[in-house]
Amino acid sequence: MKRFSGFNLIGEAFRSHQGWPEHWPDKAPKASYDAIIVGAGGHGLGAAYYLAKKYGITNVAVIEKGWLGGGNTGRNTTIIRSNYLYDESAHLYDHAVKLWDGLSQELNYNIMYSKRGVLMLAHNVHDVQSFKRHIHANRLNGVDNEWLTAEECQAYCPPLDISPNARHPVLGGALQRRGGTARHDSVAWGYARAAAALGVDIIQNCAVTGIRRGADGAIEGVETERGFIASKRVGVSAAGSTSLVMKMAGLDFPLESYPLQALVSEPVKPIFPCVVMSNTVHAYMSQSDKGELVIGAGTDQYTSYSQRGAFHIVEHTLAAICEIFPIFTRMRMLRTWGGIVDVTPDRSPVLGKTPVKGLYVNCGWGTGGFKATPGAGDLLAYTMAHDEPHKINAPYNLDRFRNGRLIDEAAAAAVAH
Amino acid sequence: MLLIHCPYCEEARPEVEFVYGGEAHIARPLDPSTYSDAEWEEFLYIRSNPRGRHHERWRHTHGCGRFFNAVRDTVTDVFETTYKAGEPRK
Amino acid sequence: MSGFRLADGGRVDRRTKRSFTFDGKAQWGYAGDSLASALLAQGQMLFGRSFKYHRPRGILGAGVEEPNALVTVDRGPGRVTPNLRAPSVPIYDGLHATSQNRFPSLKTDLLAVNNVFSAFFPAGFYNKTFMWPRGAWEKVYEPIIRRLAGLGDSPKTRDPDHYDATYAHCETLIVGAGPAGVAAALDAAAGGGRVILIDEQEEIGGGALSDPAQWGWLAEASAKLAAAGNVTVLSRTTAIGHYHQNFVVAAERLTDHLSLAEAEGPREKLWRIRAGEVVLAMGAIERPLVFEGNDVPGVMLASAARTFALRYGVAVGRKLVVMAVHDSGWRDALALQEAGVNIAAIVDLRRDIDPALAEAARAARIGCYTGYAVTKVTGRQAVTGVKIALDGVAKEQSLECDAVLMAGGWTPTVHLWSHAKGTLRWDEAWGAYLPDKSHENLRCVGACAVAWDFGSGLAIGALPAAKPLHESKAFVDFQNDVKARDIGLAVQEGFRSIEHIKRYTTNGMATDQGKTSNLNGLQIASDVLAKPVTEIGLTTFRPPYTPQSFGAMLGHHKEALFQPLRKTGIDDWAERKGAVYENVAQWRRARYFPLIGEDMDAAVARECLGVRSAVGIFDASTLGKIEVVGPDAAEFLNRMYTNPWKSLEPGRCRYGLLLGEHGFIIDDGVSARLAPDRFHLTTTTGGAARVLGMMEDYLQTEWSDLDVWLTSTTEQWAVIALQGPKAREVIAPLMEGIDLSAEAFPHMAVREGHICGVETRLFRVSFTGELGFEVNVPAQHGRMVWEAIWAEGQKHGVVPYGTETMHVLRAEKGFIIVGQDTDGTVTPDDAGLGWAVGKKKPDFVGKRSLARPDIVATGRKQLVGLLTDDPQAVLEEGAQIVADPNQPVPMTMIGHVTSSYHSATLGRSIAMALVAGGRDRMGETLHVPMPGGVISAKVVAPMFYDAEGSRLNG
Ligand SMILES: Cc1cc2nc3c(=O)[nH]c(=O)nc-3n(C[C@H](O)[C@H](O)[C@H](O)COP(=O)(O)OP(=O)(O)OC[C@H]3O[C@@H](n4cnc5c(N)ncnc54)[C@H](O)[C@@H]3O)c2cc1C
Ligand SMILES: [Zn+2]
Repeated sequence: MKRFSGFNLIGEAFRSHQGWPEHWPDKAPKASYDAIIVGAGGHGLGAAYYLAKKYGITNVAVIEKGWLGGGNTGRNTTIIRSNYLYDESAHLYDHAVKLWDGLSQELNYNIMYSKRGVLMLAHNVHDVQSFKRHIHANRLNGVDNEWLTAEECQAYCPPLDISPNARHPVLGGALQRRGGTARHDSVAWGYARAAAALGVDIIQNCAVTGIRRGADGAIEGVETERGFIASKRVGVSAAGSTSLVMKMAGLDFPLESYPLQALVSEPVKPIFPCVVMSNTVHAYMSQSDKGELVIGAGTDQYTSYSQRGAFHIVEHTLAAICEIFPIFTRMRMLRTWGGIVDVTPDRSPVLGKTPVKGLYVNCGWGTGGFKATPGAGDLLAYTMAHDEPHKINAPYNLDRFRNGRLIDEAAAAAVAH
Repeated sequence: MLLIHCPYCEEARPEVEFVYGGEAHIARPLDPSTYSDAEWEEFLYIRSNPRGRHHERWRHTHGCGRFFNAVRDTVTDVFETTYKAGEPRK
Repeated sequence: MSGFRLADGGRVDRRTKRSFTFDGKAQWGYAGDSLASALLAQGQMLFGRSFKYHRPRGILGAGVEEPNALVTVDRGPGRVTPNLRAPSVPIYDGLHATSQNRFPSLKTDLLAVNNVFSAFFPAGFYNKTFMWPRGAWEKVYEPIIRRLAGLGDSPKTRDPDHYDATYAHCETLIVGAGPAGVAAALDAAAGGGRVILIDEQEEIGGGALSDPAQWGWLAEASAKLAAAGNVTVLSRTTAIGHYHQNFVVAAERLTDHLSLAEAEGPREKLWRIRAGEVVLAMGAIERPLVFEGNDVPGVMLASAARTFALRYGVAVGRKLVVMAVHDSGWRDALALQEAGVNIAAIVDLRRDIDPALAEAARAARIGCYTGYAVTKVTGRQAVTGVKIALDGVAKEQSLECDAVLMAGGWTPTVHLWSHAKGTLRWDEAWGAYLPDKSHENLRCVGACAVAWDFGSGLAIGALPAAKPLHESKAFVDFQNDVKARDIGLAVQEGFRSIEHIKRYTTNGMATDQGKTSNLNGLQIASDVLAKPVTEIGLTTFRPPYTPQSFGAMLGHHKEALFQPLRKTGIDDWAERKGAVYENVAQWRRARYFPLIGEDMDAAVARECLGVRSAVGIFDASTLGKIEVVGPDAAEFLNRMYTNPWKSLEPGRCRYGLLLGEHGFIIDDGVSARLAPDRFHLTTTTGGAARVLGMMEDYLQTEWSDLDVWLTSTTEQWAVIALQGPKAREVIAPLMEGIDLSAEAFPHMAVREGHICGVETRLFRVSFTGELGFEVNVPAQHGRMVWEAIWAEGQKHGVVPYGTETMHVLRAEKGFIIVGQDTDGTVTPDDAGLGWAVGKKKPDFVGKRSLARPDIVATGRKQLVGLLTDDPQAVLEEGAQIVADPNQPVPMTMIGHVTSSYHSATLGRSIAMALVAGGRDRMGETLHVPMPGGVISAKVVAPMFYDAEGSRLNG
């Protein structure tokens, strides 16, 4: 791996950049591996990297049906934050946020993690109560999250309309300064390059079509479009397709896949300094380094694998955005797209072992797993290496759907009475 | 915006008149207390989530108010058919 | 330079001049000109600066494919729109347009130093650097990069314009009104069905507008369409996208082409069209060629030059060279020459040229260089000439010229086809993806189906050149400054699928969405990889077809119509009384009624004392209400709610607790049995619709054997709560037919009668712990009855109170509010409502879940009361509770404060909290660590006032 640095960049400029090698070699599958990861999204690539880097398992393949990073990793609005309510969630997401810090250096790849702050707006008394609950819980968990008055919110994000006669007036907000964004593609590419440098095989255009189990039920390997690949350890990190892969192993999963859309505006000069989210008005937005306003929409109501959502969702999203930021009505929408998000009954992930020996899973991140990428990768790797979950991901087991120990952040935010 | 044929109104109406009701033909047990925790989990949470034909419920909330079933292809989102609640699985 | 207007020709109105400004300088053009044509006519070649290197750029195309000439149009305060494409901006009197992304001016842009250092900024450079020192990215590098990036400036003030939206239905929708689209429309019109024909340009005609020979036919066809009763023609209307089941969304621009004085009504209108059949006649877009210097201002598409000359009467130069690999370049050259534009030479890489074309060119005295390629364009801010070489590699020779036209073949516009998930097939001869199969009733006609006579040509990536790819400055994506060598670099670095290449280089991701760059990028990648295009993939097209304003998308959904605010019939009485409101679900509710000089605390204290000492009046109309009727009504409620209903006598009320099937509380409310087969249910304000939907679900799909009818009656009843020791005295004089005495009408009873002459359902219920009534009257009489009660109440010192006071009063009694003291993870037992669960009932919704291992485990959070050691300290709602305040962070939290108030009645603070194992901790002191210090509080039962309930039963 040729090191990335300003110095090497200048050096290469003098020979027209002909000396840069491949980020990752295009590998054909070997007959067997010590571990296989299904799905080359950020999570899967991260898991492969940490398996090799931290847990000493380098004979690893990441198997991807399309091109790496082309799933939700390459389709999301890249919001990163960790100010979740429950201890389990705060620990999980904060583990990731700690890894985000310094990830560029660790991977020698600028993933452009930008801590510009995530501001969540409170529009009614119920929001205020709920946000304060988060803030207090976060404080005692060592997670930064602070309360801002409406005026402070506007000072932090000048385009915000805080007039008291707004339909949903801003009563204040919860700000996590360490929250922000990162460049999604770079995250996938950075992990892929670093993993490949440690000996991980990245095998693209190779869908997993079956999972082979031995007489004792344990995992023996995966069937793919390019033949059988043996491994006693298989970690599935296939986002919206996870339940399909699990079915190949004979497991029914508490997952449903929904379309989720996002959109960007044309690029403009800097106008929007942070990330703003409003659950009550149903809008969230940031501005990319390129200058596009990056806007997340809601999920469609029905399950689908079509990667295509309905237009009225876009209408509602932009109405919500312009309700909070009325100066943007003349901005123009440049591109819309959809991803398929895998949603569990409590909208928290499943990360750990499965009833099948040697089969591990990382799924259910739904609309919010980008922020967890380094953490999820690390914890999946840990679990596969030790055949035992780490204490951070131990609560994210499948048993909770049986015993009722759900981790329901959305329910905790509750509904206005 | 999907166009959905309500088998009660016998008309195709825009999606915004309807509310999606999740997977169809998952009957609530007559006596849940006889269910084991595992069976109850399955009833509550396990869904088939197929790629392809999906049996699902819709309610014509802003129309006749009735629940009905549909078969939709989750890859193309094309409806194969819709039928009244209580009719056998299609 | 000046005088590029041809002596005659074009569709502009030469009798009507329009004046406008560009970069502050006065300019003029004719009615019918675009900003691009009017400026070109004045000799302006330089229109913009590129995104990354700030290279000078001119016009590339004459339509929506234009990547370079982006301008900001200023129509006055709040009416500033960035990033508009000059060829698509019609001029009008008073238009103010400015160029973008340059400092200080278009001609001398200091940021053009980026171009000098462009070697350091190849594709993906930012992944490779800006990592040191750690933390400098967001503090140093990112802010600089952000300032350099971005095109125009965002609008900065509120937009005074408004936007319209509508639905439309038709048998046939035709997108694109070129010859093929118009023909399809005439055809469809003859069939008698409703037809909608839409086109993004100022007038219909498409390519025919650039071909005077077709104007006669076009005029006739337009007249026919106008006369047909069943055809709607929408010009200036862009089909944004195709969605499920032939749902096409289009945006019509209504006023942007008019001067401010003429502009009236909405600015844009969104059309949501459902069509039986959709016919796509969106044409094709010419492809630029990729060679050194192809971005110098004055290098443009041949079809654009033709449009400027024949549609607008403007020559794009005095001496033009055409670089073609396609017959259409020859045809355009001939048409231009005939229109009086001087074509010096046609250079074509091909040696075999259609003899007819070659002959015609010779006859027109156009120099022909077959087998040649342009290897370089000279000039910086304008073209001064080209170098050409045989096969691109032999010895170079120079040709003088001031404009270069590129004819690289045609790319069918299949965007909407592909939005609709129609499949595409690669066509080698066309070097393009063509429409294949669709599951929608959708077809392509005309150029976008290549059913058009374009002639033939080569499909080629970069033109051959002696200079190696990695050294050349040949552009593929003009706006994003992606060069052919960037694509080469991406491939070299291991990016092999087109989606990767696109993301790594940003090719095709500019505001033109790759209309001129996608296929060239694909071809170049295929050449570099020596793999067929089909193995590299296909970038997907995503709506919108061209950028569209947010305003058009939100239409009427703004301000008051964003989400209509629900108000009760009594709301304006409260407004007149100076109420302060809060939003609850979609309603606004009076929160408190401050007297002059009072803050919330003072007002709430006064209101609370007023209720406890005399009587208060409260508007409870927002409560959800459901009428449950039928022989099986009691059985149905018995199955829905946790508590038993069958034993409830008519005339009595009961508190009902509703769980989800997961066993957690989702709603509650007091309901009354009016008759054996009739119940009046109430739900929380926010829960009404959800509860009704859930009940319908069970009724229709699980228990369809039950004979029950559910009707939402939330809006039918106004609800006036009278609470306090004087409540009975206030309503007694107004009431007819109801014996209000404690014996005849006990707590938790309901009676029907009349008040002020209108029917009422009178509930004797209390959410305050005082003697209380809820007067339900038909909503239209609510205001009148309220005023009558208010007038009567004057004798007894009645106070109006709001939701905040209601919250305090109920907390004093330990009554929960679902959503505040519960949060979707709370069971009845957790909330201390185990008494409301019918132990003997075999089943109810959620019962089975209550037996799950974690739900029956010990240590669950339970609702308790808290009394702070300092009686004046009011805990913050949401504050976290710990057993040991001295532990290090992260602390073990055992619960949180759900409700907390200063109680004027008790002269101290009170709180409710969910605490792990709370009911076993009675008397224990717990701690609430706040930023300003730890607050300690004692765990008590959640009941602070009149525990025996003597007041309520009075
Ligand atoms: C529009 C949108 C906006 C979002 N915004 C945010 C946000 O702001 N913040 C946030 O934190 N999260 C956000 N998310 C969620 C986030 O994108 C995901 O949770 C996260 O990226 C999941 O990463 P992953 O690596 O698990 O999944 P993916 O990147 O989807 O990777 C899964 C991979 O598995 C592959 N695969 C599937 N089946 C097979 C098979 N049979 N064989 C081989 N490979 C297979 C897929 O091709 C895919 O590449 C958003 C999601 C969407 C769609
Ligand atoms: Zn219906």
